[in-house]
Formats: sequence, structure tokens, C-alpha cells
Amino acid sequence: MTQVKSLADLRRIKENLQGKMSLRENSNNPESLVQIRVAMATCGIASGAKQVMEFFIEELDKRNIQAVVTQTGCMGYCFAEPTVEITLPGQAPVVYGYVDINKADSIIEKYIKNGELVDGIIPVNYETIQK
Amino acid sequence: MAKYKMHLLVCGGTACHASESERLLDTLKTIIADKGLDSEVQVIATGCFGFCEKGPIVKVMPDNTFYTQVTPDDAREIIEEHIIKGRKVNRLLYLNPESKEHVSDSKHMGFYKKQLRIALRNCGFIDPENIDEYISRDGYEALAKCLTEMTPQQVIELMKKSGLRGRGGGGFPTGLKWEITSKSVSDIKYVVCNADEGDPGAFMDRSILEGDPHSVIEAMAICGYCIGASNGLVYIRAEYPLAIDRLKIAIKQAREYGLLGNGILGTGFNFDIELRYGAGAFVCGEETALIHSMEGKRGEPTMKPPFPSVSGYFEKPTNVNNVETFANVPVIINKGAEWYSAIGSEKSKGTKVFALAGKINNVGLIEVPMGTTLREVIYEIGGGIRNGKKFKAVQTGGPSGGCLTEKHLDTPIDYDNLIASGSMMGSGGMIVMDEDDCMVSVAKFYLEFTVEESCGKCTPCRIGNKRLHEILDKLTKGNGTMEDIDRLKNLSKVIKDTALCGLGQTSPNPVLSTIDNFLDEYVEHVTEKKCRAGQCKALMQYTIIPDNCVGCTACARNCPVNAISGERKGIHTINQEVCIKCGACLEKCKFNAVVIK
Ligand SMILES: Cc1cc2nc3c(=O)[nH]c(=O)nc-3n(C[C@H](O)[C@H](O)[C@H](O)COP(=O)(O)O)c2cc1C
Ligand code: SF4
Repeated sequence: MTQVKSLADLRRIKENLQGKMSLRENSNNPESLVQIRVAMATCGIASGAKQVMEFFIEELDKRNIQAVVTQTGCMGYCFAEPTVEITLPGQAPVVYGYVDINKADSIIEKYIKNGELVDGIIPVNYETIQK
Repeated sequence: MAKYKMHLLVCGGTACHASESERLLDTLKTIIADKGLDSEVQVIATGCFGFCEKGPIVKVMPDNTFYTQVTPDDAREIIEEHIIKGRKVNRLLYLNPESKEHVSDSKHMGFYKKQLRIALRNCGFIDPENIDEYISRDGYEALAKCLTEMTPQQVIELMKKSGLRGRGGGGFPTGLKWEITSKSVSDIKYVVCNADEGDPGAFMDRSILEGDPHSVIEAMAICGYCIGASNGLVYIRAEYPLAIDRLKIAIKQAREYGLLGNGILGTGFNFDIELRYGAGAFVCGEETALIHSMEGKRGEPTMKPPFPSVSGYFEKPTNVNNVETFANVPVIINKGAEWYSAIGSEKSKGTKVFALAGKINNVGLIEVPMGTTLREVIYEIGGGIRNGKKFKAVQTGGPSGGCLTEKHLDTPIDYDNLIASGSMMGSGGMIVMDEDDCMVSVAKFYLEFTVEESCGKCTPCRIGNKRLHEILDKLTKGNGTMEDIDRLKNLSKVIKDTALCGLGQTSPNPVLSTIDNFLDEYVEHVTEKKCRAGQCKALMQYTIIPDNCVGCTACARNCPVNAISGERKGIHTINQEVCIKCGACLEKCKFNAVVIK
């Protein structure tokens, strides 16, 4: 891996990633992929987030849906773990709570394939300093 | 199948539920079906929007329109006007109480979102195992800025100006601590991150390390630059395996990028971090005990001064800060002291992360600006008390803190107000209690914890807390006297004044504050032998109401100790001497004949 030797190097890494991150942040690109983020902190994993993440990875692949599944930290909705955030191309992210394998399946079939919302949405209730 | 063009999100939180959100949901669905729009518009129930005061809420997507206090009768208008004709229903839009203007877009309802995430800015957003994602969110830019554009003294000044205070409990100004350590003269100095987090019910630090480990690493390096240290140590409890894994991965990646190690970012600055594991003792969160534990000695506190900033790890100047304190640092450097000090209250700047737990609907991790009221936290963010019960108290500061009650609901939360209300900030645990919680038992629970966790070095804490616990136990068993309540108060004061470390000095707080706020409950336990919350088993009596008893024998058959006698079809009675108060009879009786007194 290359070493970061200056602020300029750091900015370069940042720019390289900007494409990827902005797709995650405000995906306005209609061709871009479905983004799935699974909250994998202790609270999430304890309630089965790992299995849910594996399910998403395997099933999306099987069902031929282009998507990026990543893990992330605690979103704060510990009462509703496992929580999963789905960002469809060009749309605002939607957070689902209490996602088990069944729920994950209907998220894929209904929300990801047809844009039909599934019960159990958790409204985002905080603001972050970076948009 | 056609894709939906519009979504109506209806709040299905408990508070909105109480105000007819279910009927609203049904009405919306019916009208939409009637108009033949059901293939284009989807109606869906969601979790709580945290805006219960103005419920029920309907949010229209994709245009983010936010309607408040919507009744089932308003459903038709929303559909006919907004959905069909595309005209927003002004009457139902959120009214900005200051400007008296209707706000249509939830993004512009500035104060709608009570939470502001600074320390948690990346938690739940980036992949914590990928350093590039951290960098893409301005990661390591603060470190670069400090190393290349600022002198250590300038960074310290900035930190002092920002007003950041330690989040580990004490609330000591961070910039000042850095300045003191930087002025200590020594060849070797250390930066220590306190990730012991021993407060029961707290998980803020764990979540930060699991969700954004690089922010802590970056801040430790910045601190190292300021104080002149090239060694960092993270003291983390071995019970946090995931946090440990993520930290290890993050440290490895930072080293590979040359952001830790020798000659960081092409400058002459060297800094590296190692982990030290704690065995999960509460007292090891106290900084001097923590340092001894890292040195391989017994985890016992020693007298301060000397403070670690002067003489710490192996007698070298050591700067100890909490995880959350560190997580705030990079943002402060990037955005400036003015930006940061504009958030929060007068003497407590910035935000605080709380772990909301107990009898609350939305258990979870929250981050709010200092000065937010308890009412906002409990009712708007926490979604209110579970099962519609009545709020009784909230314990802040864990075993070192106290309880706040109804009368404190509108007190802005910050370091000084909490202390004035007889509690303290502590590390950020917030345990909410309802009418079913007995306050004497709560005090007893915390004392049990401190008795267990006291290191035993000094007498007031080792023996005093034990005595406090014994007296509380006596009260919960119905054997207490009024003198015992006075004894609790006196003993508490002595322990507070004479214990060696913060553990003992604060351990009587739960006792004192429950006596202060709920004296009547203590007295009831003594004079009436009654526990109004029904938690003190010894004070409860299960009895059978003769009029309701049909003699079905269900209770007698299920009593594990054969305390119930009576003929089939005859009235049954419970022998109080034998009864162990397990409640099996109450559960089994189908005729409401068994009651608790
Ligand atoms: C009994 C006891 C337990 C403590 N536990 C912790 C802890 O778990 N985490 C922590 O950061 N500070 C804890 N502290 C506070 C530390 O002693 C120290 O003040 C703190 O780590 C300093 O960091 P800060 O200035 O960033 O808050 C504890 C103090 C006492 C007396
Ligand atoms: S107050 Fe308690 S924990 Fe602290 S040194 Fe004394 S015995 Fe140990």
C-alpha cells in the first residue's frame, strides 16, 4: 500500500473515493448500484446482523441484482436491531429495523426490485455534521 | 408490476398510535384504493419520528412534505389536494413557532431533529474496517493540518478555546489537560485512551470504537503532537472483542499508510499506538488505577496529586482522555473552535452521547447538543415510556450519579446543571425508570455494584458501602427503622468525604439522591412495610379473594412449595409463612382471585 506523505496525498485518496462515497451519500446517478449498509456493532451482531448481511450478499447475487453490501457501525437504533440502510439509486436512504431473514427477503423482493416500501421503516432522527 | 411513484409514511410510534394513527392509516389506504391509486401510491407505517408532541405525522415522499397532527378526517384532503393535484395542504404543514411560517420540507425544520452527531459522525455511515472511507470523510486531515500548519501550542490554544471538556465523567477541560502535560518535562511521555467503560448500561465508547476507530487514533496522534509524546496506549476491556478487532485493523491500516509510525506525513513526528487489555473492573476506569493496571500492578487508585499529567505510566507524564473526548478532536480542528463552542450551553460545549436504556421505547445510542432537556431526550428522541407507563426517574452517571425526577424534566442537561440537581454527567449512561421501579431497590442495586467493584484499598469505601448495602437490604425486607434512614444519610456523607478515589467518593450518590427525591417511598418501606412499586418481594403478600375463588385448585396445584390449601370447589387460602412469593398462583388463576397486597 502506498504511504500518505502529505496533505496533498490525503486529498488525493479522498478525491479518488469521492466518486464511491458520493454515490453512497446522494446517489443521483440512475445507473448506480443499490447500496446496502448493515449496522454491525455489538448490538447488531448480537441480534443476527451477520446472518442478515450474508443473506443479502448471497441472495442479491443469486437474484442477479447489482448491489454493494457493506458493514458499518451502530446507527443508534439499538431497540430495532438488526438495522439495515438501503439506498436505491437516486433516492434518499431508507432505514429498516428488526431485519431478519424473512424481512430481508421481502426487502429484496418488494423494496429493491419494485420500490415498494416494507413495514418497519425507522425515520432517521439525527443530523450529522457532514452531509 | 408498476413501481410506486409516491409514498405516504405514517408514524406508527406508540405516542402517535395513541392519537389514532392506525385509523388514519386505514383511512388513507381506503381512499387511495377507492381512487384507483393503489398501484402508484403506497401507504406505510413507520417507527417513531421523534416528534410525538405534534403527532400523528404523515410524511410524503419523494418531496419530503411533513404534515403534523393529521386526523383521519384530513386524509381525503391530503390525497385529493396533494397527491392528485400536487398542491400541498398548508393547513397541516408544520408551523415554525418562531417565524409563524409553514415549513413544508422536513429538511428545513431546523430543530425537528434534536440530535446532532459529532462524536458519532461516522458511526453507522462508514465501514469501520476501511481507512479510505474514513479519509473520504475528512479523516486524518486534522492531523495533517496540525503537523504541517500549526505548532503544538496553537493546537492546544484551539482546543482550549473550543471549550471541550472530558467526556469520561470528570468534565475537566481537555485543552488545559493537554497544556499541563505538554509543560511536564520528560524524555518520554504517553497518550492514554481510556476505553474501560465500566458504568453498567453504558456503551457509548464501545460504539465509537466499533463504528469509527480511526477518529480515536487520529486524535491520539494529535494529542501526542501537542504534548510531545510518541507512544499511545489504549486501555480497553477484554470484554469488547469486536471493538478490539476493529481497533487492531485500524491501527494496522494507519501504519500501512504511514499515518502512524515514524515520520508521519513526511514530517519528523513519530507516533504509534498499542493496546492494553483490562479485565473489566470498574475501578480500573479511574485513571490512576488504570495506569497501575497497565504497569502490571494491582488495579488500585493512588492519591492525586501527582496527577497523571505530571507523573503517570511508569512515572512519566501521561495524558489520559476518554474515547468520546478523543472522537470530538479531529472535527474541532477541522471546523474550528468558534464553530464548536457555538454548540451547547454556556459552560458545556458541544454534544454528548448517551446510552438510553431502561423503560423507554427507543433504547439506543443518541447524541444531543449539551443543554438539551431531559424531556426532549425521553419523550421526543426516546419515544416516551414503554407500555404507556408513567415516568418516574432517570439515573444519569451510573453508580456514581443520582436520579432525576419529574421536576428536572425541563432542566437543560449539562455538567453543571446535573451536579446542581444532585446527579452528574458521568460517562453518559441514562437509565429510565417507571412507576414499577422501587427507588429503594434502585439504590440497593447500585450499592451492590459498588460493593462488588470496590478495590478495598480504603476503609470508608470497603466497609462503608457494605454497611450502606446492608441497611438498604434491611429496608427492602421490611425490617428497617426510621433511624436507618438517618444512618444512611450520615454514613453516605462520611464515605463521600473520606474515600480515596472517585469510586468511593461518589458511590453514596444513588442513596442520597433517592432519599432526597423519594423520601416518602423510604418511609413507606419502614412504617407501612409497603413497596408501592411491588418490587420488594418480602413486602408483598399474595392473597385470595374468597368471593372470586371458585375452588378450581389451579393455584394449589401450581404452588411449588404447597403453601395453598383448600378443598376442590371450596375457597382456597395461602399460608403466608410458607409462601415464597413466586407469583405462580397469580399467573395461573383464571378468575382474578389472587391479588398482591
Ligand atoms: C470509579 C471511576 C471509574 C471511571 N471510569 C471511567 C471510564 O470507564 N472511562 C473513562 O473514560 N473515564 C473513567 N473515569 C474517569 C477517569 O478517571 C478520567 O477522569 C478520564 O478518563 C479522563 O478523561 P477525560 O478528561 O477525557 O474525561 C472513571 C473515574 C472513576 C473515579
Ligand atoms: S474509594 Fe473504593 S475503589 Fe477507591 S481506593 Fe478506596 S476502596 Fe478502592
